[in-house]
Amino acid sequence: MRFSGLKVLTEGLRGNKGWQAHWRDAQPKAEYDMIIIGGGGHGLSTAYYLAKNHGMTNIAVVEKGYLGGGNVGRNTTIVRANYFLPGNSEFYSHSLKLWEGLEEDLNYNVMHSQRGLINLFHSDGQRDAFARRGNAMINQGDDAILLDREGVRKKLPYLDFDNGRFPIYGGLYHPRGGTARHDAVAWGYARGASDRGVDLIQNCEVTGIDIEGGVVQGVQTSRGPIRAKKVGIVVAGRSGQVAAMAGRRLPIESHVLQAFVTEGLKPVIDHVISFGMGHFYISQSDKGGLVFGGDLDFYASYASRGNLPMKEHVMEAGMTLMPMIGKAKVLRSWGGIMDMTPDGSPIIDKMDGIDGLYIDCGWNYGGFKAVPASGWSMAHLMATDTPHEVAKGFRLDRFRTGVGIIDEEGTGSQHNLH
Amino acid sequence: MRITCPLCGERDRREFYYVGDAVALNRPDPDAGDVVWDDYVHNRDNPAGVTRDLWYHESGCASWIVVTRNTITHEVLETALASDVKEATS
Repeated sequence: MRFSGLKVLTEGLRGNKGWQAHWRDAQPKAEYDMIIIGGGGHGLSTAYYLAKNHGMTNIAVVEKGYLGGGNVGRNTTIVRANYFLPGNSEFYSHSLKLWEGLEEDLNYNVMHSQRGLINLFHSDGQRDAFARRGNAMINQGDDAILLDREGVRKKLPYLDFDNGRFPIYGGLYHPRGGTARHDAVAWGYARGASDRGVDLIQNCEVTGIDIEGGVVQGVQTSRGPIRAKKVGIVVAGRSGQVAAMAGRRLPIESHVLQAFVTEGLKPVIDHVISFGMGHFYISQSDKGGLVFGGDLDFYASYASRGNLPMKEHVMEAGMTLMPMIGKAKVLRSWGGIMDMTPDGSPIIDKMDGIDGLYIDCGWNYGGFKAVPASGWSMAHLMATDTPHEVAKGFRLDRFRTGVGIIDEEGTGSQHNLH
Repeated sequence: MRITCPLCGERDRREFYYVGDAVALNRPDPDAGDVVWDDYVHNRDNPAGVTRDLWYHESGCASWIVVTRNTITHEVLETALASDVKEATS
């Protein structure tokens, strides 16, 4: 089934009775060439690009719940390429380019909206830092415009520019940044992978990884053993538990990050705005809800929900920045399980010492925008056994050697600092 | 989430600074080598369930506290002064 304007029109006239399931509900076979553990955004895009770029179709994605039921369905949907450090910069640049062709590639409306991202700054020092960041983005081939106070005021007249603590000096404007419909990204990749022959197996929890003589043999699951020559672990916040099945500990601590959405309002916020000094960022969904979030709760958690202190902090930061949202009613809040690394940057690598085992994790609180390039790079690694050019910095051993630490925030490579 | 400080009693989570997994109680020998130190500094069991972490009662008595806690429910099961825990295990 392909989507088209004509199809939407004819289905509308026929009572929408002709739509079919977007992917096959596959049953596990005894053996595959490759198994991807985790049917989230990154796992599904890995499977899609293995099939599309590398012609590998004897693949299964095994998911313990339902497809796209984890962080890809729980995030604040921001897509951007405004990184500073080599290692990150080329990777997110590649990802944004993939985003820009994604709907056409997948024949799926992921509602990618390049509405522009504005990072506000509030001091001369912060302006200098953002100018440098903007230059790094331009050098990478992406876009960045340094706005002064009046430039920001023209776009975002409703902000409190004269706040006593954090007066707004300007903003770094990234016009190609924006948002996308998060669930649709998972669904689009799922459909694309399934159409190419990938088996998407839901309600199938991996309970063990079979390794003999340092070589992967397959996985044990709640639906029986499945053999495979190669296994990729793409399970975000659950990376620690799955790696433990292979006898490995990871440089990952899972934390809770909360997000919030208000009742639907008429269009009022046209961009994605981030207020770093208050750890607050906001955009408005196409349904009208204000979608916003803040910082981690800052303690290890798998609860998928946070506590009141951070909720209060986020609300206060929002009111500080834009008092106009004060009367909007919050409809929902939720928490995601973030796979935090010491330096705040991800890992796409072979599992050292175990042939055929690969890991893609450590997306911290920024995994959504990475979904296309992460899958692209993980597929390349699993198919060719060499890291992809844009992801070669995401090595697992950088923490041990200290070489190639990618500490974007400059706070140090240590847990609980990012 | 409320945490019981062994000295001050039950207090709001906001009074405490979270440091991380209580591995710091088992610091390796300075000459243990890069693999051991990498494991100590970076790698974590990261359990979904009961864990032990270190909290600092920053806005209170400034004691270091080992909190035994469930990461799935946020239930605090037990708290003890880090100095007492260290003494009992050394």
